[in-house]
This record gives sequence, C-alpha cells and structure tokens, in this order.
Amino acid sequence: MSVSAISSSAPLLEVDNLKVEFDTRRGLVQGLRGVTLSIGRGETLGVVGESGSGKSVTAQAVMGLIDMPGRIASGDIRWKGRSLFGRDGERYAQDIRGKEVAMVFQDPMTSLNPVLKIGTQIGEVLERHLGMTRAQARNRAEELLAAVGISAPRRRLDQHPHEFSGGMRQRVMIAMAIACEPQLLIADEPTTALDVTIQAQILELLAQLQETLGLSVILITHDLGVVAGLCHRVAVMYAGQIIETGLAEDVFERPAHPYTQGLLRSTPRLDEVSDRLVSIEGTPPNLVVPPEGCSFQQRCPLSGEACRKAPRLEHIRPDAEAACWKPSVPAWATPLMSPSMPS
Amino acid sequence: MLNAVPAASPAPPLLSVQGLDVTYETGAQGFWGRPRAFKALEDISFDLRPGETLGLVGESGSGKTTTGRAVLRRIKASAGKIVFQGKDITNVSGEQLRKLRRNMQLVFQDPYASLNPRMRVIDIVAEPLLVHGLIRHVDEARDRITELLRVVGLPADAHDRFPHAFSGGQRQRIGIARALALQPEFIVADEPVSALDVSVRAQVVNLMQDLQKELGLSYLFIAHDLSVVRHISHRVAILYAGRMVEVAERDELYDHPIHPYTEALLSAVPVPDPRTQRQRKRIVYGGEIPDLVNPPPGCRFSTRCPLATAQCKQEAPKLTERSPGHLVACWNR
Repeated sequence: MSVSAISSSAPLLEVDNLKVEFDTRRGLVQGLRGVTLSIGRGETLGVVGESGSGKSVTAQAVMGLIDMPGRIASGDIRWKGRSLFGRDGERYAQDIRGKEVAMVFQDPMTSLNPVLKIGTQIGEVLERHLGMTRAQARNRAEELLAAVGISAPRRRLDQHPHEFSGGMRQRVMIAMAIACEPQLLIADEPTTALDVTIQAQILELLAQLQETLGLSVILITHDLGVVAGLCHRVAVMYAGQIIETGLAEDVFERPAHPYTQGLLRSTPRLDEVSDRLVSIEGTPPNLVVPPEGCSFQQRCPLSGEACRKAPRLEHIRPDAEAACWKPSVPAWATPLMSPSMPS
Repeated sequence: MLNAVPAASPAPPLLSVQGLDVTYETGAQGFWGRPRAFKALEDISFDLRPGETLGLVGESGSGKTTTGRAVLRRIKASAGKIVFQGKDITNVSGEQLRKLRRNMQLVFQDPYASLNPRMRVIDIVAEPLLVHGLIRHVDEARDRITELLRVVGLPADAHDRFPHAFSGGQRQRIGIARALALQPEFIVADEPVSALDVSVRAQVVNLMQDLQKELGLSYLFIAHDLSVVRHISHRVAILYAGRMVEVAERDELYDHPIHPYTEALLSAVPVPDPRTQRQRKRIVYGGEIPDLVNPPPGCRFSTRCPLATAQCKQEAPKLTERSPGHLVACWNR
C-alpha cells in the first residue's frame, strides 16, 4: 500500500465547491460550505471530523441521499469527468450509484432488512444492477459472502440478519457494496458500532479488498487511528469545510491548521501516557449563522485580525493544503509528538 | 461548600468486590420452554482504593456495565460479597440502602438520553438533594448548585435553561454536577465520554481528573476505549465474557500484558500515527464472544485462544498474582 503506487491519471470522483443546506425549524443550516475534493483510482481518502462537520453529508451528496429538508445549493459532483447534476447527469447518476460507486453505512443493524434472508438481499442488488437471474444471483451471492470472510456461505444465505453478529452484518454490508464490482467504495463510519477486535478485522478486510479489487475508498470517520492505518490521503473537516488535506503521514506529523493540531493533541494515545490531555476549548460554531471569516477563530489560540476574513484552502507544501492565515508547524510536530504538553 | 473528603485511612479499600456473580433470567425459548439463566458475571473480584480510578475494560457483552450496576446495588448479585467502606452491603435494603446511595453515584453514557428534557438544569442537579430529603425546595439549594455548576465549568446562567440549550459535552457536565450534588466518595462512570467528540472528550476527561484531585473521589471508570482508559486510570481490569482475565497497574498492563486476550485487545486499538500504525503487528483471533447461556466449561476465551489446551477447555483458570498487583487468569502464561 505504498503511496507512489497511486496512478496520477484523471480523478475518479471530483466534488467541486459543493454547498448543501438544510431547511430546519431553527433556520437554514449550512451543512456544507464549499467542499472540494477528488479521489483517484486505487486511492484511499480518509475524511475526518467531529459530529456536524459535514463528513457524512459529503458522502450522502455523492450517493444522492440528500433528502428533504436538505438540498444541494450549488457546486458540482463529477464522476469520471461527467457531472451528476442536470437532466442528463441525473440519469447518469442513477446508472453509476450502487454500481460503480457503492456505500457502506455505520449501523449494519438498521441498514439490513430484518425480514428478508441475507441471500435475497444480496441477490436483489445483482438482479437489479447486473440483470442476473435468481439462480445466478444466488451463486454469486455465495461467492461474495466467501470473499468477505463469512464461513459456510451457502448455509448463511438462508439466514436472517438477526442470526448474524454485528461484525458479520458489517461483512454482509460490504459484500452487498462490492457485489457490482464498484470502483469507489464510500464507507461512512464502518466500524464505529463495532468492538475493537472486530473493528480490526473489518479494517483488515477493507484493506485486502482494496488491494485485490483495485478499489478506491473514501473512509469517513471520527477516529484518527482508523485513518492512520488505512488511508493514503486525509481531509480534515470542520464546520462544513475542508480545512486541511494532504498525505496521511504529512498531516499527522506536520499538521499546519490549528484545529488539526488540536485534534491530534486531544486524542489520547494507547502508546503514550500524559498527565493531562490538551483539549480544544469551546464548541463548533452554529451553522445557521456561521461566523464571518475563519470558522475556527473563536477556539483558535492563534486567531488575530486577519482571521476575520475567510481563508481558502491553499498549498502550504507541495502535497499539503490548509485553510489558515497562519499555518504553522508546531514545535512538537517533528519527528514525533512529545508526550506531554503544557497547557 | 464542596469540601474534600476527610483524609482516608491508609489501609482499607473503599470498595471491595469478592467473587461476584450476576445471573439474568432470559425469556423462555418457545411457548413451553423454561426461562434460561444467562451468566453475565462470574467470580468477579477487585478492590478500589480511596482516590483511585479503576478502569474497567471489555467488549460489548463482557459485563462491564453489569459490574457497575451490581456494585451500586441496582442489580441483584446472585453470589459474592460487596464491601463498601468496610461494611458488607450485598444485602442491605430499605432506608439503609437509600443512605448508602448518597455515597455512590452514577454518571451515564448518553448525555442526551439521561437528562429529562422538560426539567431545568437547576431541577436536574437539585433532584438528588430533594429525593434524599436534604432540602425541601429547589430554592434552598440555589447557592450550592451555583457552586456545583461553577465547579464543573458551566456558565453561571445555566440554572434556568433546559438541556436542549447545551451541547453534548456541556450536558455531560450537567450529569457530573448531578452526580456530585450529594458529595459522594465513589462514582461509577459508565462510558462517560464515549458519546462525545474528541476535542470535547478531552475537556470532560480533564474535568473528571480535576474533580478527583479536588474532592478525593474514587472512580470505577467503565469504557471500551483503551486509549482513554490508559489516560485516566490508575489501575485497569480487563473483562472477557463475564470474567475478569487480567488486572494490573496501568502502565504494567499496557506495557506488559500477559493474558492472550489482553494482548489481542491492545494490538487491535489503532494509534493515530500512520508510520507507527502501519508497523504495528495486529494479533487477530477469529471467532466471537461465546454464548453466555451455555458458556464453555473452562476458560471462556478458550474457544478463540491459540494457546488453548485440554485443561483450558475443562477448568476455568483463577486470577493469580504474577508480580505484585498484576493478576492474570490463564493456565498457559
């Protein structure tokens, strides 16, 4: 899984200055405020952020799952260079969603139909997208279950979701997602509901599938550890925007945005002991009335006059971008974070 | 107002749990079936010293929440003994139990579900005082609650607002203020930060540590997140399928785990550092937690353990001391 293995060909998916709004009783919530990202073939992109940062909304927009009261206000999403919006685009989107782009959700309990057998649910995907007959679909479903590491797949086909454990259900979800041999898999917090040992198994499975199938993966998570193990590139989201992006090693070792720095420092680590965690004071801003200028300024230790104007995502190094007027490499960054920081 | 507890006498533990069993009755299978016994906890023993944090770690179904509830006497123990402040509390009831509960409080996991949305913050925090008859009206405790809210870092005008006006982290602070209202010595914190975002989680963990220092609290800190547990605990106990498999001083446990399950658990936790994480060796054991209605007769980990021998499948290992304070239940290590 070396970074250099990524081909530099045209990106598979491009999200271009996407804005999404939600009309709620409390007012118009600006869920996404101009998100731009792209992913190439065979690449794994980790999207990290706290709740409400817009990471799931980004995935939902790509999958066409933004429903009332939400709507896409502006911006574009392109798959292999073709827009998914407009009349032609929507037809195109219908063809590729679920087939070339597939998604795995957080909670395998609620994403499976409890009254249908597993075989029927996987078969449904194959029949709809690939036009298989029922018998063909059943055979293929068995292969898929075997591919995601479920033992005795033939017997399992006739079982219902409640007969599977949480980890096994997530494997079934992954089997369904890869049923049509997608090129991009979007995994939205795929392991959050699972225990750590099971999480390790699922992450291993994702890495292995990526290698054997040449998948591109967008991994959405709040867990920086999960990203560290699996992703080539990282995008950090805050208040509906990407505030820093770059190669994973780079972002983790030399974070330039104060929010990314705070996030890394406030995450307790298994391999380090410190007397006190460094926390980011305050809470994320209200997105009904987003602050003028930089959205992190109220919580930022470095904020100043310049921050009243919104910073744009700009290159700070060839492979790293940050949206900050004062990007800095913190003293503790290289070569490794010092275990304890004075607060 | 919030005085530190009187300096604890050196020797006796605040809480001592000895051979605790908890059995749940599950619904009958089929119409004519008989209810079956589900052994949630078997032979759990540990001590908690005054001012100490014991981290209780395990995966779902391992019995960590049950342990917390049993210690608080909210769930009936089917065997074993719970000694709190030198008194056997396993079977106390009525007025004695009520008095006892003033000294032991619970902080819940979900700050959204554990606060009544129709009550003002002042009513929520004052409720334990009312319930225990320490005050007759909320207004009597206004000053005390102002102080409590200040201690947990909530704005002074929080009094008359409702929970919905607060973020997740602030709600958890309200929950902590409520737990502190009766000035307990012992708090069971059941996954108190699991529902919170990383940056806010750090705030609440720091608050809990500060309060411990200031008030001399003892925590039973229940969590599945081993990184947070390493940070906050003095000692750590690992549960697997209703049994305790290992307990040790924090650094001893993390740096020199002995039980194969502890090893696997620690290796599965991802570290937020790409270079380190890609080099770490993961120990992955297949299989899942055994069915506790019909648990395997021997060691409960024997169905997944690579070291398992015939003995492991026959006879359950007991916790034995390997080095001072480091106890492990395993036949082969």
